[in-house]
Amino acid sequence: MRLISAFVLGVVFALGLGFAGMTQPAKIINFLDVAGHWDPTLAFVMGGAVAVSFGLFPVILKRRTPVLGERFVLPEKKQVDAKLVVGAGLFGIGWGLSGYCPGPAVVSLATGTWPVLVFVTSMAAGLSIGRRFR
Amino acid sequence: MDAISVLTALGGGVLIGGAASGLLFLNGRIAGISGIVGGLLPPQRGEGFWRLAFVLGLLVGGVLLLRTYPAAFPTFQAPSLARLAAAGLLVGFGTGLSNGCTSGHGVCGLARRSLRSLVATITFMGTGALTVYVVNHVLRGNFR
Repeated sequence: MRLISAFVLGVVFALGLGFAGMTQPAKIINFLDVAGHWDPTLAFVMGGAVAVSFGLFPVILKRRTPVLGERFVLPEKKQVDAKLVVGAGLFGIGWGLSGYCPGPAVVSLATGTWPVLVFVTSMAAGLSIGRRFR
Repeated sequence: MDAISVLTALGGGVLIGGAASGLLFLNGRIAGISGIVGGLLPPQRGEGFWRLAFVLGLLVGGVLLLRTYPAAFPTFQAPSLARLAAAGLLVGFGTGLSNGCTSGHGVCGLARRSLRSLVATITFMGTGALTVYVVNHVLRGNFR
């Protein structure tokens, strides 16, 4: 059951990214280009997503357990540290250079095109290195 | 920006937030893509299957988009492969080091009222905007 729910929610997540325009790197770059042809529509994606999760997460976390699991697995770190800021800063540079963040890049693998394959392969390499230093 | 693109952006966002809430409600997990993928590199014992199922769902969703809404994907020339490889390394290393990306810190972390995620989101939005500024307005297309 847990595998089916994860699979179905992965599909819904991907459709959301696609409809939202997140799998269009040019749209991401125009959203980040506040000094140029700024395209603010992606702010509505973040707004729509966070409005739903911001409202539902506290209600869900009042339960003792998730519906299909023994416990909620949540990040334990609370401290803002240099690794957080440096890591997020580097991520933003890569995001601005490519227009891809991890979710849309994985979804775009479906196109089977070289740019996405190259990006995701090198992202996977970066992830496995970065996680050793966290 | 027109009414239709605002509505599809909002609708897409609601699906993303809904899927993230569903994964917390049903599986008790955070829908952070860099974390879910990173947890497969390498897979941990007894832990990898739900991650694989979610990633498989993302790929199947991508195929469905390709079949029903191909406009979701670009048709124009991408940046050079060298630039994409460098960007991929930065995105992977950065999200690995800071434990999250747009979904984990942005959508789920803000929903948990996490200060770490708020700081991360402001930081990657800031350096992203700064990078695009340098590429588009300082280097002006001299960088592919």
